[in-house]
Amino acid sequence: MNFETIIGLEVHSELKTNTKIFCNCSTNFGAPPNTNVCPICLGHPGVLPVMNEQAVDFAMRAAMALNCEIAEDTKFDRKNYFYPDNPKAYQISQYDKPIGENGWIDIEVNGKTKRIGITRLHLEEDAGKLTHVDGENHSLVDFNRQGTPLVEIVSEPDIRTPEEAYAYLEKLKAILQYTEVSDCKMEEGSLRCDANLSLRPYGQEEFGTKTELKNLNSFANVQKGLQYEEVRQEKELLAGNVIGQETRRYDEAGKKTILMRVKEGSDDYRYFPEPDLVRLAINKEWMDRVRADIPELPDARRERYVKEYDLPEYDAMVLTQSKKMSDFFEVAIGQGADPKQTSNWLMGEVSAYLNANYKEIDEVALTPEGLGKLISLIEKGTISSKIAKKVFKDLIEKGGDPEQIVKDKGLVQISDEGELRSIVSGILDENEQSIEDYKNGKDRAIGFLVGQVMKATKGKANPPMVNKLIVEEMDKR
Amino acid sequence: MFDKSISELHSLLHKKELSVSELVQTSFDRIHTVDEKVKAFMTLNEEGAMQAAKALDGKLGTEEARGLLFGLPVGVKDNIVTKGLRTTASSQLLSNFEPLHNATVVERLNAAETITVGKLNMDEFAMGSSNENSGYFGTRNPWNTDYVPGGSSGGSAASVAAGEVFFSLGSDTGGSIRQPAAFCGVVGLKPTYGLVSRFGLIAFASSLDQIGPITNTVEDNAYLLQSIAGHDKMDSTSANVDVPDYLSSLTGDVKGLRIAVPKEYLAEGVDEDVKNSVLQSLKKLEELGATWDEVSLPHSKYAVATYYLLSSSEASANLARFDGVRYGVRAEAENLLDLYKKTRSEGFGDEVKRRIMLGTFALSSGYYDAYYKKAQKVRTLIKNDFEKVFEDYDVIIGPTTPTPAFKVGEKIDNPLTMYANDILTIPVNLAGVPAISVPCGLSNGLPVGLQIIGKHFDEKTVYRVAHAFEQATDHHKAKPEL
Repeated sequence: MNFETIIGLEVHSELKTNTKIFCNCSTNFGAPPNTNVCPICLGHPGVLPVMNEQAVDFAMRAAMALNCEIAEDTKFDRKNYFYPDNPKAYQISQYDKPIGENGWIDIEVNGKTKRIGITRLHLEEDAGKLTHVDGENHSLVDFNRQGTPLVEIVSEPDIRTPEEAYAYLEKLKAILQYTEVSDCKMEEGSLRCDANLSLRPYGQEEFGTKTELKNLNSFANVQKGLQYEEVRQEKELLAGNVIGQETRRYDEAGKKTILMRVKEGSDDYRYFPEPDLVRLAINKEWMDRVRADIPELPDARRERYVKEYDLPEYDAMVLTQSKKMSDFFEVAIGQGADPKQTSNWLMGEVSAYLNANYKEIDEVALTPEGLGKLISLIEKGTISSKIAKKVFKDLIEKGGDPEQIVKDKGLVQISDEGELRSIVSGILDENEQSIEDYKNGKDRAIGFLVGQVMKATKGKANPPMVNKLIVEEMDKR
Repeated sequence: MFDKSISELHSLLHKKELSVSELVQTSFDRIHTVDEKVKAFMTLNEEGAMQAAKALDGKLGTEEARGLLFGLPVGVKDNIVTKGLRTTASSQLLSNFEPLHNATVVERLNAAETITVGKLNMDEFAMGSSNENSGYFGTRNPWNTDYVPGGSSGGSAASVAAGEVFFSLGSDTGGSIRQPAAFCGVVGLKPTYGLVSRFGLIAFASSLDQIGPITNTVEDNAYLLQSIAGHDKMDSTSANVDVPDYLSSLTGDVKGLRIAVPKEYLAEGVDEDVKNSVLQSLKKLEELGATWDEVSLPHSKYAVATYYLLSSSEASANLARFDGVRYGVRAEAENLLDLYKKTRSEGFGDEVKRRIMLGTFALSSGYYDAYYKKAQKVRTLIKNDFEKVFEDYDVIIGPTTPTPAFKVGEKIDNPLTMYANDILTIPVNLAGVPAISVPCGLSNGLPVGLQIIGKHFDEKTVYRVAHAFEQATDHHKAKPEL
């Protein structure tokens, strides 16, 4: 690579307050179009905004979790633009006095920790949602989302690779989820990301012209879009062309970025202070109160997992990436399950199932109690790990009590030596050739025989005991 | 009938010598007789008002009818939203707009059980000083219908002067209550910014707009303010202050009162008759025991420019929502941009367009510092001027307007002359202080207004001075003949 890549990310995250930022309408996602609306969020003549204090608290909490300095004097501004999803034709946002500034988060890529600066975090209102109907001469607008509180988080141009961008987003999402201010569901639009990328020759201080990527619907697509853009810009530059100041979108099917519009100069939003809202003075008491509400953040939790539960660094990192997963883990071990076993299950079977089914841990029937019990059944030797996988499938799909499932399905492991010995004996009678092979030094004959015993017992035989008994019985013959 | 005071009407109602229905019918009878000439009303609420009057008649003579404003017919400026009653702000763009909710002041009037008889004509979106900028028709001055009633609350002032309603609500951004009150010979108060809720007032310039009462007498004015003032959680800029008892300040006593008279308010450009009326008024107040000195509000000369930059900037954003997408009149259009352009080109009048353009320009990147930001700084200087004077004085007194009402058509083609008409009222809005206009004489048969300006939230002193002056003179008794 002849060029250094410079990436900056702009993330919008909806705050999960009970009501909208300036009125009492619900912020629930998924209501029928235009049902969570009132004259205030519809921008009817004569209405005025009143700040939802919970939204300010949440924005402060997020800013603190991102290590921002909190403004003692903050204000709101009008950002003017005409669009049908913007009922007042201005968005109430923050221009020159954001709630939080000069923050940072640490990310990890290839085992190395890197600090990414956060320029600012500000509070604003979300817009409505437009649906363009194919082949129709009109569009539909749903104002349910209008007025949902939103924080915009702008990173410093500290990110150097698409992988770092991905790691930054994962970390940012984790922190926001931990602070419980946002669901961060990209598919519901409660987390959205725009990415800026430019190239410059190594050693040059001045930034190159950047392009902006929009409409990125997953972190993976942010990474892919940036990867494509990196290569595209390099080719252009090497061919002697100039990079245009453009907005582009990532086309998932074509796996490339496509030009949306060329920017001529910067948009003029004619920001000015919102005269309908008073300036906000945030004193120390207010800050202390909000700070006290910040729960344990991912980095702290991760450290604790290594220290307290003796988990490997890698396990601790994977488990704490998602608050839901980490909370699940905590409840399970709280019930007495072994931390390492629980971690293995969560990172193994559970994650595999969730990924294959595009689900999150709180969207399946499995409970931490269920998983904990399953693990203790294995530990006690009631079921084998192999049987446990069968029980697990039931647990994650239908839920229930693992002990009951084991009982109902007759899956209890056969650990009775007498019973097993007679089964082994029978199998040996039918497989004289294997005994011969064993005696001739072919150890894998044991494996075959264990398999036969398992087949005969429908997997319920205690594997270490079967192993032991087969060797003993063959030695007798 | 409306020459009577609130307490007189109240006692008639209570003795059952008068019913609310009769009172409201009197209002409509008068409207049907004179409004053809005055043209104060945009929309009448005849059916709704008569129904409400009937309901109130049922309460007459009972404890429930104790409120002093009970049953009184009121007119509401058409930029104050009234649930289910068409509210146009005198703009063609809103010719079909029926609000889904009531303004806080309307809710408070409803609680006081007044009867809203209709909506009053104004300059479109409150931009203007003559009512000639109404998107429908111009209201005329009841004293001489060749003359303008002032603006933007021209309908509000004219309707009271013409005896069509007992009192009315107006709004004042740069003089829009006081100037028409002066032109029409009635009493109009612009309260301290933040005293009366703006929720439901169709915003022109949010940092300057205030709703206020227009009445025949100072006492009526105090009654009306008493019922609409006070904190509203729906308006973040509404002040959380206790509302004092305004009536208790109407003592007639101004002994020892210290009056400041800014030399800038009696300078060049102020009509001789107006100047003389004001000097006569000061003499009267001296006789009552007050003293006055000439002072200076040195930044007054920048007030008009400052005002037009700030109010137009805010207006450019406040009026952006009128895009034809969700309510109001939507123009036929081929595409989105076209829809915006046509709806706004056809819906807005010239003055509104002029101010939107001015405000958009002042906020534009590269001009913001030179215009909007600088104007904000000058606004602070103007506010400081007032605060400095108020360190030594109780009230500031001067004319409300440099001249009495002008003729219809006289200034409409020259916006700058029109703007200059507000030179004495604008600084008050920039400073956020309260001011009242009371009649103080006639010039060629047209009323002259005396402006009394008070300290922040000191409406009591403003009323005390205005009431003492009114009681000692007969100016408020002069009525136009229609």
